[in-house]
Amino acid sequence: MRLAYYPGCSLDATSIEYGMSTHRMAKLLGIDLWEIPDWNCCGASSAHQTNHLLAISLPARNLAIAEKEGLDTLAPCAACYNRMRATEYEVRASAKTRSQVEEAIGMPFQATQNSVSVLELLAERYGLDNLASKVTKPLKGMTPACYYGCLLVRPVAITGFDDPEDPQSMDNIMKTLGASPVDWAFKTECCGAGLGVTQTDICLEMTYRILKNAKEMGADSIVTACPVCHLNLDMRQKAIEKKYQTEFNLPVYYVTELVAIACGDEPPTVGTNRHFVEANAIFRQLPAKAKAMEEAAAQAASKKGKGAAKAKADKAPAKSEEPAASEDANLALAKKVYDDEAKAAQLAEILVQEPARAAKLEEILEQDKGKALKVADALLAKKAKEKSAGEEGNKA
Amino acid sequence: MGKVVLSAHRESRELVKAIESASGTKTSLCYQCGKCSAGCPVGFAMDYTPRQIIRLLQLGLIEEALQAKSIWICATCDTCSTRCPRGVEIASIMDALRREALSRGKVVKEVSAFNQAFLNSVKRYGRNHEVSLVLEYNTRIMNPFKNAEQGPLMMSKGKLKILPEFIKGKNEVNRIFEKVKAMGGDHE
Repeated sequence: MRLAYYPGCSLDATSIEYGMSTHRMAKLLGIDLWEIPDWNCCGASSAHQTNHLLAISLPARNLAIAEKEGLDTLAPCAACYNRMRATEYEVRASAKTRSQVEEAIGMPFQATQNSVSVLELLAERYGLDNLASKVTKPLKGMTPACYYGCLLVRPVAITGFDDPEDPQSMDNIMKTLGASPVDWAFKTECCGAGLGVTQTDICLEMTYRILKNAKEMGADSIVTACPVCHLNLDMRQKAIEKKYQTEFNLPVYYVTELVAIACGDEPPTVGTNRHFVEANAIFRQLPAKAKAMEEAAAQAASKKGKGAAKAKADKAPAKSEEPAASEDANLALAKKVYDDEAKAAQLAEILVQEPARAAKLEEILEQDKGKALKVADALLAKKAKEKSAGEEGNKA
Repeated sequence: MGKVVLSAHRESRELVKAIESASGTKTSLCYQCGKCSAGCPVGFAMDYTPRQIIRLLQLGLIEEALQAKSIWICATCDTCSTRCPRGVEIASIMDALRREALSRGKVVKEVSAFNQAFLNSVKRYGRNHEVSLVLEYNTRIMNPFKNAEQGPLMMSKGKLKILPEFIKGKNEVNRIFEKVKAMGGDHE
């Protein structure tokens, strides 16, 4: 597979590890990257807040060079990717726009090729089966929160390859690498990176909410495919911890770093030493975490057939596949979290179906009961929401 | 009793039309459900919510919309446009309002200073050079130490280049700026 490669300004400087790991990933997967010679900056948000024609002409110069070579362009930076897709979209939609752009850049440009993100490249073009065959050091035990941000999935008409509310491509990539991504609510919530320099306080509040939800849902790390999101979540994490009097300690990875690591690279060689939040220790802890998760799952499984089944036949169909016996251990755990019997019973039902969550909850409970309570609340709320959505669906 | 005119000035209405055409959407589609504002991740910091901005435009109150802090707080994350049940491109309207405000000199100093500094770096070198960008930005807002704490941090991780790199095609990039200006769009 051969692609034109547009690093953009960030991958050469502030997110140099994204560039390093993209090269390593391409090498390990056998993808041939042809760097667009003498590429220029895409203009990012500054251009499109300032002048419309400028905002599509700056990316068009790069795309025209790749088009001449007959190649699609890989743009790992989500901001560059978004501007490139917008340019292609507008040039295709209007002959007038196309001639204006061609005049501005002094080159022919028909937008015959497509720009792709790292997620689209891995999940759709390269394919998860191919990726799975290259994994030599699976990330078993890792529970990352996959953070897509805004620019990879919106606007839908322009990006249009994954769901704008609950995208799955990065989660599927992480599962292919052996990790167990958590379900959480802030996958596509904006981190406010565009406001980082000019209105820093607003940006800190937005990023704080994202880190908080990831931590509450049991994530041990965050994965992103955007240099601006990374800068916010990683570099500003310390300032956020200080401002909000809390501790997150969440390493933030580029998806390309984790692909390269799972395919055999040592973390520092893909750039983890360049992070602000320590990002190497987690890989040493993974075997122990994986073992704990396996044991928890095995424990739940071994209790199948023991203990009396508490008949809760009105519940979800998934339950009928799970023998009710493992409820005992889960009910005991749930009672440690909730004093309220009814709530504890509800929680136990969820935990029976999701042993990985039960293990995680147990772990959190040991460290911090308040936090465990929040995680449990979130679980109950999520289930209630699913249930009501299901009922609505039935009505419809 | 004389005639009472309840609609906005004709010029205001025309300006709203211009904003709609620049953003490829119609404010009259909006039935004020507020879904945009419920999901807006920066709503907490805004003076007018996205729904209220659209309402101002529906009423022809363009001056109020252009003076709203909200248009400069909007992070262009596009959540509003994605969720709007009526297909109103709210984020594009915010963008068009920013450009209109810019053309009238009604701007938030920090935001326009950042955009200017960013684009000047691109015009000069062909690429963005962070150190030059921050130096020019700080000069423009007359605050030499803004963001200063991050410089050494980034430097220590090998993430900043002290000197800019010029691309060979920087004249081509410069030409794009000149051409766009000649075609009626200035970045200043």
